[in-house]
Amino acid sequence: MALVYQRTCGLLDVPFHYCPGCTHGIVHKLVAEVLCELGLLDGAIGVSSVGCTYNNYEYFACDMQQAAHGRAPAVATGIKRVLPDATVFTYQGDGDLAAIGTAEIVHAAARGERITTVFVNNAIYGMTSGQMAPTTLVGQVTTTSPYGRDAATQGFPINVSEMLATLRGAVYVERVSVTSVKGIRAAKKAIRKAFLVQRKGLGFSFVEVLSTCPTNWGLSPVESLKWVDTAMQEQYPLGVFKGADLEVEP
Amino acid sequence: MDRLPDRVLMKGNEAIAEAAIRAGCRHYFGYPITPQTEIAHYMAKRMKSVGGVFLQAESEVAAINMVYGAAGAGARVMTTSSSPGISLKQEGFSYIAGAELPCVVVNVARCGPGLGGILPAQGDYFQATKGGGHGDYRNAVLAPASVQELYQLTVEAFDLADRYRVLVLILADGTLGQMMEPVSHLEPKDATAAGKPWATVGTGGKRFHNTITSIYIDPERLEAHNLHLQAKYAKIARNEVRCESVGVEGAEVVVTAFGTTARIVRNVIRQAAEEGIKVGLIRPITLWPFPSEAVAAAAAHPSVKALLSVELNAGQMVEDVRLAVNGAKPVQFHGRMGGMLPTQREILERIRAIARPEGGT
Amino acid sequence: MARVEFREDRCKGCGLCVEVCPKHIVAMRCDVLNAKGFHPAGVEAMDQCIGCAFCAIMCPDEVIQVEK
Repeated sequence: MALVYQRTCGLLDVPFHYCPGCTHGIVHKLVAEVLCELGLLDGAIGVSSVGCTYNNYEYFACDMQQAAHGRAPAVATGIKRVLPDATVFTYQGDGDLAAIGTAEIVHAAARGERITTVFVNNAIYGMTSGQMAPTTLVGQVTTTSPYGRDAATQGFPINVSEMLATLRGAVYVERVSVTSVKGIRAAKKAIRKAFLVQRKGLGFSFVEVLSTCPTNWGLSPVESLKWVDTAMQEQYPLGVFKGADLEVEP
Repeated sequence: MDRLPDRVLMKGNEAIAEAAIRAGCRHYFGYPITPQTEIAHYMAKRMKSVGGVFLQAESEVAAINMVYGAAGAGARVMTTSSSPGISLKQEGFSYIAGAELPCVVVNVARCGPGLGGILPAQGDYFQATKGGGHGDYRNAVLAPASVQELYQLTVEAFDLADRYRVLVLILADGTLGQMMEPVSHLEPKDATAAGKPWATVGTGGKRFHNTITSIYIDPERLEAHNLHLQAKYAKIARNEVRCESVGVEGAEVVVTAFGTTARIVRNVIRQAAEEGIKVGLIRPITLWPFPSEAVAAAAAHPSVKALLSVELNAGQMVEDVRLAVNGAKPVQFHGRMGGMLPTQREILERIRAIARPEGGT
Repeated sequence: MARVEFREDRCKGCGLCVEVCPKHIVAMRCDVLNAKGFHPAGVEAMDQCIGCAFCAIMCPDEVIQVEK
């Protein structure tokens, strides 16, 4: 018998600290698998952000830096400008990227930094226990929108992928989900493409992954997948927003 | 690298930029703010000719975090700003201290609080020497008083930063940044990322991954990390104190002043001598670590009646002077704010009042 | 012939593998508690496994290895 699925070499053999059913673990696996399969792991430097993934530098087998809240794209810019041949990526959640770090992500994209951002959007602040995020849906109950997000006073969700796709420096932008095996395969393809775009020096590449937070959503892990497929996808449709026709496969 | 003539006339801000390049700095991240913007202008032009990187960031916050990333990748890196911009960078300062990343930051200070004004001030002494960001940390703080010293201390700041893996802050002010003086050039230094085995440059498949972080959730580990930092700061305090002491022996009054203010005081010392009053000067070159021993030794001289701290603020360094003197002698303060500089005459009057309290000669 | 192996102690009992198994042979083992205090996932009827690896792909905690 041959192994048809085994642990990826891109992750250290350390248990994740994430809650049961949280899809961060799936996204970590995909990033690590892509880096290994493309032979990029040894020359990769990742940037962890603030939120549930604050310490994912302990998981990835490549060199890692940990950034202040929202600043990962600036830190990644500093790294990439020193090491233009390295593969540099940020791994950020929606609180980090779409609120406190809005300026950094927009300008890294606008500059066309040759970095890759994996943006995990679960429509809530997980680490700080379920507060409203910029990506929280209208009507969604969180600890800081206990009556549901009221658009009149708390505004509307930000569709980050669509927004970044308007910038010339952002050459590849796609939104995926990891709620099924099919979705996970598509997500991996997108992450692979994003890294290849970076390797080709084409510009900034961005993959938004719709993800779950069963703990703070108050749903079971399986119910959470279904909520992504229905409620979240209504606000955040999957698809390629930029660079669909880029040919980057070696 | 091309050689400059042995002695050239340079603006302070340009001297900082050229010195950084000669110290091996090839990465500069900044954001425009008066009165330090000439550094960015100079870097924008010069980095291209030396194969370096100049990047105008979207904010001071982004700039200091780019410095974090670049320093973590092993580069000699610098950012510069002026007071309000330095406030914005404080978050990054704390993270850089926690992650132990060597880098150089220059504050060509102006007046506060708030937007304040663009004229020179020393109101950032507390911020520079006592923190500004959160947590227990220290930055080494250098205080040049001439364009030549701006040049020299900038070069040395990179060595100091690398030696201890700390942020070295050069606290200048608008006067120093804008003035022109002759500068003798030092030879360019060979500065490579070698000797930084901790840097994140890619594992190359040859070692376990390097991580750069300031977070330690486990309290035992975090306390151990803090103790390690404190031991490092204690070492800096032991080894790197620098100050200029002039005429302290036999002085009746010892003036403490740094940067631009010390230049004014030097002239006052000559004037006082003409009146028969012997005045000494202690000019801290490192604001942190503060030259407490030199100040205490000065206060211990039997001839010294009192110390006078002259500053462009409401009384900041004077607190460190008082701590060093520890009640041995009276410590007075004279300061101006808002971009106003003390005249030689008003400083002289304060000196006379100490030396000749009855008004006699 | 195929076989799945579960690193029981890494399992957090989220049940995502149960959801995606096309043969419905993965189940939470209610009679077992692992070191983390979860009922881990497992397979009783291994002879029915087709080695599709869906369970492993879906597992967020790298619990599962698949042979075929």
